[in-house]
Amino acid sequence: MKYASILGALGILALAGGAFAQDEIDHAKAAKEFEKFRAEMEDSNPAELNEMKGEELWKAKRGPKNVSLAESCDLGLGIGKLEGAYVQMPRYFADADAVMDAERRIVWCMVEKQGFKFADIAKKPFQSPNDTGAPDITNLVMYVAGHSRGKPFAVDLKDAKVRAMYEIGKEISQYRAGPYDFACTTCHGSDGKRIRMQDLPNISTKEGAAKSVLGWPAWRMTGGVALTTQWRMKDCFRQQRFPEPKYASDVVTALLTYITANANGVIYKGPGIKR
Amino acid sequence: MDLIRRTVLKGAGAGGVLAGLLAAGVLKPTLAYANDWNAAAFGNKDFDAAMKAIGAEGAAAHPALALKVPDIAENGAVVPVDVVSNIPNTTSISILVKKNPFPLVATFDFANGALPDVSARIRVAETSAVVAVAKADGKVYSAQKEVKVTVGGCGG
Amino acid sequence: MADPMKIRAQMKGDVCEIRVLMSHPMENGQRKDNDGKTIPAHFIQSISVAVNGKTVVSGQTNTSISRNPVFGFKVKGPKTGDKVAVSWKDNKGETRTDETTVA
Repeated sequence: MKYASILGALGILALAGGAFAQDEIDHAKAAKEFEKFRAEMEDSNPAELNEMKGEELWKAKRGPKNVSLAESCDLGLGIGKLEGAYVQMPRYFADADAVMDAERRIVWCMVEKQGFKFADIAKKPFQSPNDTGAPDITNLVMYVAGHSRGKPFAVDLKDAKVRAMYEIGKEISQYRAGPYDFACTTCHGSDGKRIRMQDLPNISTKEGAAKSVLGWPAWRMTGGVALTTQWRMKDCFRQQRFPEPKYASDVVTALLTYITANANGVIYKGPGIKR
Repeated sequence: MDLIRRTVLKGAGAGGVLAGLLAAGVLKPTLAYANDWNAAAFGNKDFDAAMKAIGAEGAAAHPALALKVPDIAENGAVVPVDVVSNIPNTTSISILVKKNPFPLVATFDFANGALPDVSARIRVAETSAVVAVAKADGKVYSAQKEVKVTVGGCGG
Repeated sequence: MADPMKIRAQMKGDVCEIRVLMSHPMENGQRKDNDGKTIPAHFIQSISVAVNGKTVVSGQTNTSISRNPVFGFKVKGPKTGDKVAVSWKDNKGETRTDETTVA
């Protein structure tokens, strides 16, 4: 019967597949496949559910001062203005007299405008796999980030304060510390590095920096959790066995300034999916 | 409509509002589900037994049954699967993963114009064959493809 | 109360392409919590898709469906403006139904 010969052919193909399985995995091919399937999965990304939650949180009157972020929070382009705000951060905010990344700025607004306590937010700023949902701040970052879809990263290096943070971030990235004497650049300082199946982008180049900031905030397949760049920096510190960076502190902002500015001009596509 | 749904959801259990809306035809009653969950089939730890439980013993290959999965999964927790059957009169598609603790992953039945074309994101516990089963005209067909699940590296 | 799904239903030629993103932990009963206790299984067991109230797809699912499930379906027959509803029910008896209009 027709099917028997097809089955036979499939059998041969299966054998061939089996033989290749024994060999080294072609990493370049695998990396391309990962990118392709990630892009497919980003259409209908669980992060969209976080964006939906973030919208409710942004618009609702909340906190002891019973005020909404929509009517009180300036992300750099005017109160309540969301379009394109995420990709222009980190930026200097005069009212806070500090350079702030998006997450840090939203936290600032929650504290200063809505009356929340920083310590309460900082106690659990990141989602763990056992949590039923992401923290409010994560959902807000997702919502804000979603409004920069299609816009280029545009960190303003002409601003002296931003430039200063950039230089500090660069230095931090090269600063060796911890029990392994690692620096960010140990893994992320040159092209062509990887750990097992994961390519390690070179954050000192435009292309590598872009790979680092694109796709964040993200829904991460590991643990099925929503996470931000604040988390990513913290987790890198953990992987280097560095002390944990203070949440929303200057060290994180400096690094994010350095990496994001290196990606200036690259079009942001909104929240992504990460491994 | 959104506002109504939100109000209803908040008041779920507040019988009066719910009943009223149901009667008004605004809120659709729970839709028809398949038969009670097939615990016997889904609870099978053995692939062959699971195949038998869904009536797929001896399923033959068919060129018109297409199964698309990545060769290598970036993360075994989320593996995109696409099954399209161009076998005429396909009424159901099942997805199995040979080496999963419970190999039967899902079964879909199609009617009233639904095409036998389904995509899903599944968990693949370890390098394993992913199997698609299609039922058409009382016959069963299958297609399979191996997905490699690697130990990951760093974050991302 | 379970969180809402995100449903997209678009006409591509004469086929309605439906994509649904569900919010559900899909706990498979194998994971342990921070205290070492096994987290009980909590997963969607059945799904159905209806167009203008008529069921077109009914599915049963197991613990091997990923967290925050995403499914894609295709239906011939719907037109722009029709209603597509998706429902799910999990092993705890929790249910959720959401609806969208075909674009």
